Amino acid sequence: MIAVDVRLRQGDFFLKATLTAQSKTLALYGPSGAGKTTLLNIIAGLAHPDEGRIAIDSIPFLDTSARIDLSPRQRRVGYVFQELRLFPHLKVERNLLYGRRFAPKKERSVDFDQVVDLLGIRPLLDRWPARLSGGEKQRVAIGRALLANPRLLLLDEPLAALDEARRAEILTYIEKLRDAFAIPIVFVSHRLSEVDRLAGDVAILDQGKLVEMRSAHVSHDARRF
Amino acid sequence: MTNEIFSVDQGTVLSALFAPFSPPEWTAIVLSVKVATVSMVASLPFGVAIAYLLARKRFPGKILLNGLVHLPLVMPPVVTGWLLLLSFGRQAPLGRFFDTCCGLVFSFRWTGAALAAAVMGFPLMVRAIRLSIEAVDTKLEQAAETLGASSFMVFLTITAPLALPGVIAGMILAFARAIGEFGATITFVANIPGETQTIATALYSATQIPGAEASAARLTIVSIVIAFAALVIAEILAARVSRQAMDL
Repeated sequence: MIAVDVRLRQGDFFLKATLTAQSKTLALYGPSGAGKTTLLNIIAGLAHPDEGRIAIDSIPFLDTSARIDLSPRQRRVGYVFQELRLFPHLKVERNLLYGRRFAPKKERSVDFDQVVDLLGIRPLLDRWPARLSGGEKQRVAIGRALLANPRLLLLDEPLAALDEARRAEILTYIEKLRDAFAIPIVFVSHRLSEVDRLAGDVAILDQGKLVEMRSAHVSHDARRF
Repeated sequence: MTNEIFSVDQGTVLSALFAPFSPPEWTAIVLSVKVATVSMVASLPFGVAIAYLLARKRFPGKILLNGLVHLPLVMPPVVTGWLLLLSFGRQAPLGRFFDTCCGLVFSFRWTGAALAAAVMGFPLMVRAIRLSIEAVDTKLEQAAETLGASSFMVFLTITAPLALPGVIAGMILAFARAIGEFGATITFVANIPGETQTIATALYSATQIPGAEASAARLTIVSIVIAFAALVIAEILAARVSRQAMDL
């Protein structure tokens, strides 16, 4: 379960979001500037809210009233950044394995070969990130986050930089990993089609406010009638 | 009337260029390389640490630290040498401390020449490393952190390798500066053949003695060759590092 209740003021921007998701996949949906990426950064521990609480599967990441604020390292979220941030000086294989050695030994359950085959990146292992296409980089970034054995996977606009063909392809990969691993996923999108296909719960944000919280399937049904 | 002492006989100089090095010249050349290498290697950890602090951390007194590091670049080298003598001389507090704790004596020893060279080369080293650390994208460091790396591991596996070309440039600059060091060295450890006489101070002596023009010319050539070789090696290493990163 994902439980987030945070408030943050950044200049003119005010973010206030209270949401809980029971399902394995939560979508943060809304126009640009709604605060979706800021919310991901707060969950990852890269940004700090003025006050609030975050708990993932009842592990507290943040509780300002109890002075709990885990570092990004302690939170162990697999964050796939919008700009991917692959390490340019490491080949694909070493990018993929980067987080593995930092995960506690008994929590290294994600299998390297399974991830590599699932994402179809075996032929890329010996390449430098600079020599990958956009879709290839995206898959490597997802694999890298997954192989760190995270408690939670964060995907920031995983399909935004891709053309239609690549988009459908990556979407399929994300569906596969959603079903293959028991890791909850929070992803950011401004496209309803992606949200419908991937998410169990949807949080609709606009200008820093949570507008609506709903189950994706209900919304789908609602539009049909 | 011409002054015989200060006239340089071109013919003598030319023929002497092809003569082998005299033993004192060899001693000065070997000592120079030793002093420069030791000063470069010994100051590297401090250079990297201070460059990292200046590039990545905010703390009170940062401007002061930055000023202090750069001081040897703008002060007359004689002042630096004199200050070293005051603090690292045998009876001075730091000098006595290192003597009793580790048996390390600086004054009028080659180790003192290395210390003087390290201090003089330090601003150049720190500056090059600092710029290259600042050029490393902090977003990559953040990404490493979310993948579970501690600050130290982030530095070791992300920041340091990406800043490597700048670190190499800083080392070479410090080495070249050490080979050229004169003012602080001669003030701090004098010009003792076989102990503290480097190429630069030997060359100075040669210009003070009538008839030593040939020796001066040979030492001049040597210092040009060493400086040039250092620059070429730096270029090659930096090119190799960036080629490796891009796999071209």
